Amino acid sequence: MAQFLQAVADGILGGAVYALMAAGLTLIFGVMDIINIAQGILVILAAYLSYVLSVHLHIDPLLGLFITVPAMFALGVAIEWAFMRRLRGRERVAMSLLVSYAVAVIIEGALYQAFGSTPVGYLPRYAVKSLYIHGFNLPYIYLIGFGLAAAALAAIYLMLYRTKFGRSIRATMQDRVAARLVGINVDRVAALTFGIGVAVTAAGGMVFGATNTFNPDSGYDLISRLLSIVILGGLGSIAGALVAALFMVTAEEIVNIWQPTWATAVYYAVLVIVLLIRPTGLLGKREARAQ
Amino acid sequence: MSAGGIARLAGIAALLAFAVAFPLVFTNPAVTTDAFDTLIFLAWAAAWNSFSGYSGYLSLGHAVFFGSGAYFTAVATIDWKLTGSQVFWLLPLAGLLGAAIAVPFGLFALRVRRHTFVVITIAVFFIFQLTAYNLAVTGGTSGLLAPVINFASATYNNPFYYIALGIAVGTVAISWLIRRSRFGLQLRAIRDDEDRARGLGVRAMRVKLSAFVFSAVPVAMVGGLWWYFTAIVDPSSGFDPLNDVAIALMAFLGGLGTVWGPVLGALLIEPSYLYFQQQVASGYIFWMLYGALFLVVILVLPRGIIPTAAEQIGNWRDRRRGRAAAAAHAPAVTTGADRAKELA
Repeated sequence: MAQFLQAVADGILGGAVYALMAAGLTLIFGVMDIINIAQGILVILAAYLSYVLSVHLHIDPLLGLFITVPAMFALGVAIEWAFMRRLRGRERVAMSLLVSYAVAVIIEGALYQAFGSTPVGYLPRYAVKSLYIHGFNLPYIYLIGFGLAAAALAAIYLMLYRTKFGRSIRATMQDRVAARLVGINVDRVAALTFGIGVAVTAAGGMVFGATNTFNPDSGYDLISRLLSIVILGGLGSIAGALVAALFMVTAEEIVNIWQPTWATAVYYAVLVIVLLIRPTGLLGKREARAQ
Repeated sequence: MSAGGIARLAGIAALLAFAVAFPLVFTNPAVTTDAFDTLIFLAWAAAWNSFSGYSGYLSLGHAVFFGSGAYFTAVATIDWKLTGSQVFWLLPLAGLLGAAIAVPFGLFALRVRRHTFVVITIAVFFIFQLTAYNLAVTGGTSGLLAPVINFASATYNNPFYYIALGIAVGTVAISWLIRRSRFGLQLRAIRDDEDRARGLGVRAMRVKLSAFVFSAVPVAMVGGLWWYFTAIVDPSSGFDPLNDVAIALMAFLGGLGTVWGPVLGALLIEPSYLYFQQQVASGYIFWMLYGALFLVVILVLPRGIIPTAAEQIGNWRDRRRGRAAAAAHAPAVTTGADRAKELA
């Protein structure tokens, strides 16, 4: 039982970080109707940035966020401007997947070239310790990650629902053409949204890098988890991504207690079962079914 | 038969004659090995296109059939102690297995559309890869080795080459028949507007599923053949996500949803891929070049070579006809886009 509760605690703390990374993915989908396959490798890229900052330049990874978040944001805006904006026509869905896959392959090749395939990791000194409450073992880095994810998700929520820019994002999500007609600069919204969606990988990557050892290949594992999460939650729904991430990571932690080899399969098994019952995902809208 | 039809038939006959004569002219094993690889991907791309290209459902999970075909052939060969050319008789069975896997896979995945469908195919793919890693029968990470084959070394590659050629030709022929049939029209109606197609009486699920199951058969067969030739399959090579994307790229480059597009794409991409892989010293720089090639293809030629070329030729003919028509004071009626549709 103690093991079970510990797994639930780990799942919730770890799940929040996945929720943040998945929120970026689902936000991009909502506004642009694009699935960014490169999200997984972008997380790894951000983890490597934090690694370079902390190991080579001796900048604390948390402070390093002031560098990595703007850097990832700029990279996101650049990817949108250079590639995504140019996709038109009937096969746009397929093309966007292939383009973001190509971007992922290029980044992966560059990371291998720069860092090799040996897994690396870093952990700030203060984060090695754990907090013990009622027999629970809560590593500080998990708590920091949880706090960071919660703050970033709250900021995204406030931006979406309390600012004028957020209103134009939601309008673009609902109807791109109508948004353009009422004077929203849809291209600018798309670029900034893509930037924000990628910028969250800076925080996600920092925590991922501090809690795991990673190499460029880790991007595949991440993106397959993130895709399962956003589909389970319902594409375009941030609340859905949050619920799905907490559920999936907790389920994985619980299965991990007695079946470590099959723990990853939980993602896909849950996804398959839920979609059999509810093809739009947990909180997805009907429109998700239009071809 | 029209002059164009005869020219087309002659072109196909010449291409086939070239393919049949190829290993007799180029006897260097390194060359025939690359040619074999190209045919494997050609068959795979043509099969994938006969489902994804015609129906608009982009599958990134066809490696499931490739890997399953490879593992099935491997396990059966080892268990039944088959040797030499006996193993080739397993390939039809591998195809059947691919179809048998495609039925439940399709019944489940084809309930959803667009991005969700793509992600479901990826998820099923990862389930299969993970299973291959963890089961005892698949040999885990180390994979399964093929027995040594005692073919004469000078013509060692030839049986593999001709079987791959046979599967590739058969796949393209069936793709061509589908494209011309009522079934193909139903598939394209689903691609254009599935709800309207259903409204017009197309049994969407049945049609999509049939195309999905058919497309799995050749992929599983070439998977089995590939295992016997490469002599090893492990989870990362049998179930390789990069293959799924490479296939899609081939179809996109040639022209998605056309009969000859994937053929042209495979003939262009796979040999140049193999060539550059052997030329570029660093594998990682090669990867980056490959990704960049991807971007260029999709951003510069988003509709693919065959539809774009057809439109250009149509425009050129219209201009010529337009001048003739202007001389006769009659308006030109067809546009380049119309011609492209006729040709595609």
